Amino acid sequence: MSETSEIKNWYLSLFKDFENHLNGEKSTPFHRLRKEAIDKFAELDFPNLHQEDWRFTDISPILKHTFTYANKKSTLLPDKKGISRFLFGGMRSHLVVFVNGFYSAELSTLLPLPKGVIIGSLAEALKSNDGTVNDNISKYATFNDNVFTALNTAFTIDGAYIYIPDNIVIEDPVHILFISHGSEKFISQPRNLIISGKNSQVKIIEHYESVDAGVYFTNSVTEIHAGESSVVDATKVQSENLDAYHVATTEVSLDSNSSYESHAVSLGANIYRHNLNVTLRGEGGDATLAGLYLLSGNQLSDTHSLIDHASPRCTSQEHYKGILDGKSRGVFNGKIMVRKGAQQTNSYQENRNIILSDEAKVDTKPQLEIFADDVKCSHGATVGQLSKESMFYLRSRGIGEEQAKSILIYAFAKDVLKGIKIDEVRSRLENILSERFLGKA
Amino acid sequence: MLEIRNLYASVEEKEILKGIDLKVNAGEVHAIMGPNGSGKSTLANVLAGRPEYHVTKGEAIYEGKDLLAMAPEIRAREGVFLAFQYPVELPGVNNTTFLRTAMNEARKYKGQPEISAGQFLSMLKKKMQLVEMNDTLLSRSVNEGFSGGEKKRNEILQMAVLEPKLAILDETDSGLDIDALRIVANGVDKLRSKDNAIILVTHYQRLLNYIVPDFVHVLYNGRIVKSGGKDLALELEEKGYDWVKEKDETVSAV
Repeated sequence: MSETSEIKNWYLSLFKDFENHLNGEKSTPFHRLRKEAIDKFAELDFPNLHQEDWRFTDISPILKHTFTYANKKSTLLPDKKGISRFLFGGMRSHLVVFVNGFYSAELSTLLPLPKGVIIGSLAEALKSNDGTVNDNISKYATFNDNVFTALNTAFTIDGAYIYIPDNIVIEDPVHILFISHGSEKFISQPRNLIISGKNSQVKIIEHYESVDAGVYFTNSVTEIHAGESSVVDATKVQSENLDAYHVATTEVSLDSNSSYESHAVSLGANIYRHNLNVTLRGEGGDATLAGLYLLSGNQLSDTHSLIDHASPRCTSQEHYKGILDGKSRGVFNGKIMVRKGAQQTNSYQENRNIILSDEAKVDTKPQLEIFADDVKCSHGATVGQLSKESMFYLRSRGIGEEQAKSILIYAFAKDVLKGIKIDEVRSRLENILSERFLGKA
Repeated sequence: MLEIRNLYASVEEKEILKGIDLKVNAGEVHAIMGPNGSGKSTLANVLAGRPEYHVTKGEAIYEGKDLLAMAPEIRAREGVFLAFQYPVELPGVNNTTFLRTAMNEARKYKGQPEISAGQFLSMLKKKMQLVEMNDTLLSRSVNEGFSGGEKKRNEILQMAVLEPKLAILDETDSGLDIDALRIVANGVDKLRSKDNAIILVTHYQRLLNYIVPDFVHVLYNGRIVKSGGKDLALELEEKGYDWVKEKDETVSAV
């Protein structure tokens, strides 16, 4: 207890320092929100293993560090060459780059945009006191009961802001690249806001990478509001260094007949926790959540998803897979809530895991809460080893044991990636998989 | 080519094979027949090296080498092929890639250069005609969503690609309608040569109308209780397996 109050005091004093450096920005309406958030943060406690939602995820290592907030002025930019390895070869995209949480105009490349579309930095939108931002930020990701969201909101300085007006289709994907750079032990707290107007479409890649080794902490919050009949396709790639900590909350609000598809691929970080909450607010909405975690060593990856069917005739599909080696640990908690009146809900959830070592472990838990009577909900979860039948079949054809394993693991994992619509992203991730499991073949 | 001597094997502590003796020469086709539970499939799987089957006694010498000491993949590269009774579905594993990988593993083992994708594909198309297989099955995952007949044909296609010296067909005829059976059997028959040998494990005589065996062995209760020429299969069909069971019991009683 004393340890967590010590670290809380650290962040409270850090906030004072942070606030003193904000200068003119202290008078914006948004700063009132920061102050509310830090007050709430002061009241809340960091979670521990006694809380149901954190039972399997020990975040105490994160709380042992006194991370300082990254400073824009002291952040050295990597050069364009230095980040080229993080780009998806040949992909035409609106590239929005953040270094240690700060937007970098030098590293970003925006293609021409239709009138009214905004793709860029939240900091700029906050500076210009953008009405849409003020109306929407913190509306979906509330901080009343989430200490990490409170912390993020208090320290919000930048992130991606995407606004697509009604009836506009953004053809090229928006690649939001978050890079950590430098050896300082810092906390980076990107805050992303994505708003798609009625009947609009956008594809987003939320991508986290580290240039250097060493511990740091990403605490990100992403809010997505999909307007009526809009289509939002979101791919998240978390490939940070193996000392990094990453806690993320994604809050998605879907209006009627809109569609949201998410593919979350987790390769890096020492501790990774993703809260992915989707609310089907309007009739006829559709959500697809797919994910893949590839873990080894002492990595931990935890996905807590909530699909809230708050309206009738919505559909949701969830499909997460994990491959665990070493002493790694996987956690999947999939909650599906079907509210009273959300009739004709059709929801499907699946979590499958393959364990490659004796010491790796998975905790998987479906959680269905259904208050309507005309619904179809199903779920399935498996944790196991590679099928002996399949292994023998491959070996009986002359394929050696190690290669047979690799072939089966690759096939198992690739299944999640096949739904990624952006070819360059999918093939890059397939290559990462095949290098990891099939060698350079 | 293969000499099995006094072979005993068990699965999950249960003894299934109780002293098998069998000699197979190049160019021969042997049919192993017998009622359900007699040990036919166990014999096939033991020869292919399925890890769940434990040999407790005896030996199998293949081309002068100790077959039972080899890992399953080594047996395959040495030219032993098992057509599975229940071919396994491998979701996400492309059928063509799988076949080419299997073939190249054997080639590497023999010190031969790997076959290029182009060469492989033209060879594969020819082999596919043998089993009258549709091209679309090549781009799909191995056996996934294949019908029973397609799975069995895929087994014979693998056999045609890998060109084994010793092919063991484990109830390849079971569950096949007459057209599929004809296609599969013709495919196998065309792969017959003086240099290779085939062991057909089957419950019914029908397959042997298409692939005429040189020898027929009747397996009962883990042992070969009767051997003969192709006429033995017809005799079995007529008299049923009770005939050999009775015989075996008389033998045991003595």
